[in-house]
Amino acid sequence: MLRDITLGQYYQTDSVIHRLDPRVKLGGTLLFIISLFFFQNMWGYVIAAAFLALVIHLSTVPFRYIVKGMRAILFLLLITVAFNLFLTPGTPLVSFFGGHVRITYEGIRLAVFIALRLCFLIIGSSMMTLTTTPNNLTDGMEKMLRPLKLFKVPVHEVAMMMSIALRFIPILLEETDKIMKAQIARGADFESGKLVQRAKAMVPLLVPLFISAFRRANDLALAMEARCYRGGEGRAKMKPLIYQKRDGIAYLCLGLYLVAGIGIGRL
Amino acid sequence: MSIVLEHVSYIYEAGTPLAQRALDDICLEIPNGQFVGLIGHTGSGKSTLVQHLNGLMKATEGHVYYNGEDIDAPGYDKKKLRSSVGLVFQYPEHQLFEIDVFSDVCFGPKNLGLPKEEVERRAREALNLVGLSEEYDKQSPFELSGGQKRRAAIAGVLAMGPKVLILDEPTAGLDPRGREEILQQIKRLQVQTGMTILLVSHSMEDVAEYVDRILVMNHGRVMLDGAPREVFRHYKELEEVGLAAPQVTYIMHALHEKGFDVDADATTIEEAAGEIMKALGRSETLRN
Repeated sequence: MLRDITLGQYYQTDSVIHRLDPRVKLGGTLLFIISLFFFQNMWGYVIAAAFLALVIHLSTVPFRYIVKGMRAILFLLLITVAFNLFLTPGTPLVSFFGGHVRITYEGIRLAVFIALRLCFLIIGSSMMTLTTTPNNLTDGMEKMLRPLKLFKVPVHEVAMMMSIALRFIPILLEETDKIMKAQIARGADFESGKLVQRAKAMVPLLVPLFISAFRRANDLALAMEARCYRGGEGRAKMKPLIYQKRDGIAYLCLGLYLVAGIGIGRL
Repeated sequence: MSIVLEHVSYIYEAGTPLAQRALDDICLEIPNGQFVGLIGHTGSGKSTLVQHLNGLMKATEGHVYYNGEDIDAPGYDKKKLRSSVGLVFQYPEHQLFEIDVFSDVCFGPKNLGLPKEEVERRAREALNLVGLSEEYDKQSPFELSGGQKRRAAIAGVLAMGPKVLILDEPTAGLDPRGREEILQQIKRLQVQTGMTILLVSHSMEDVAEYVDRILVMNHGRVMLDGAPREVFRHYKELEEVGLAAPQVTYIMHALHEKGFDVDADATTIEEAAGEIMKALGRSETLRN
């Protein structure tokens, strides 16, 4: 029941994009998102769409799979579009209910731009998570944030916590599913009743779930200690992140996109 | 009064490239009062199958009947079904949540909407059935030992008053003594209450001694179905799918092949010992 969430999950395959250094993808995604907020005309979005299309094509992730993940934000998208469509002042095109509700030329323009911006934002960032394993992602983050160590930020520990947290999401989802079924078999009812009753019905689910999370955390800590884990100090990497030629090319493409997109998009 | 499965199939993630057939055209009847062992390798579909029996999963194709009624028919009372067909999951102690053992066992019957006295009577009875005396009532379930926790969790399902009890790997993760204790408790339960019991396991050794009938599953299909001695006769096929017959079977077959006049179908150690003594021309048993 809880396995339909595809947004932000890794899609297993081998492609140029998958093989890129996670730092390129992290930085690229960040810059891509920022660039979306600079556009003031249609051409910027056209260039962004072309850039995204290229990335999706190279990543070999099926487009349908990406769109499936978008369903989660469909509701948000609709609300945003509706607000912009009806509440933007300007030259009226159509009006209903005696002029109280009207659609303006500016409203349509803004709604389309905002919708595109939101879609690109989500697709852009899910391209990163779809093509990068959580471990790679945190490795990249750790290396990018390394300068913060000067300010006594425990960068390695934070990265380790993040990768463990990400790893535990599917495990805990599965566990929830199992405990839910076990309690339903004992006559528990999670679906009907008033708000208070429903909240109370969660107790037989949450208590075992918390206990299991603690048990797993304990086991994991023990396993890490048994392997002599003692934090990031002096720790070598099995697969150190080293920039390859393809990463250089990727940075170049990204730079070209930024110059073209922001240059033309702000005309 | 029985469970009937008619051409039941279940497909995970149907309609996607990841679709996987977990159950494949299963036809089955489990009459009342039978003690059935369901054996299969990891991923053979046994856990999926048992979840169909109390309506937690819905068959992609085919029908499941309980006492002649289709359990997936609209308007069928699933809550009532779940009180008659009790399902004990793997590691059932992971579902304990109350502050003391007694309240936890009360959870099931309370959900059935029974009056307080009836709930408590059933809880006490269920705890007696699994051999947990009153001294444990007020203890936190998390302070019990592994085997006791599991028995408390099984009592939680028994308190619902099921006519059919399904146990998914009730011995997983227990030491040999705990395993023996649980299995004997289940057998006693079946003798005392006349319940239908379906015991899921991947170990033949575990079930051979206790059950009336063995179902062997492989790749979502029922591969063998019959009394233990009939099933163990196919020990070579069982090996091919990564299962093994009890060790006694191997010894008896080997002896038979070497020309000893023994019944190779003996399934328990006692039977085997008797057969060997008979073949050696001695009437006394091996005891002492």
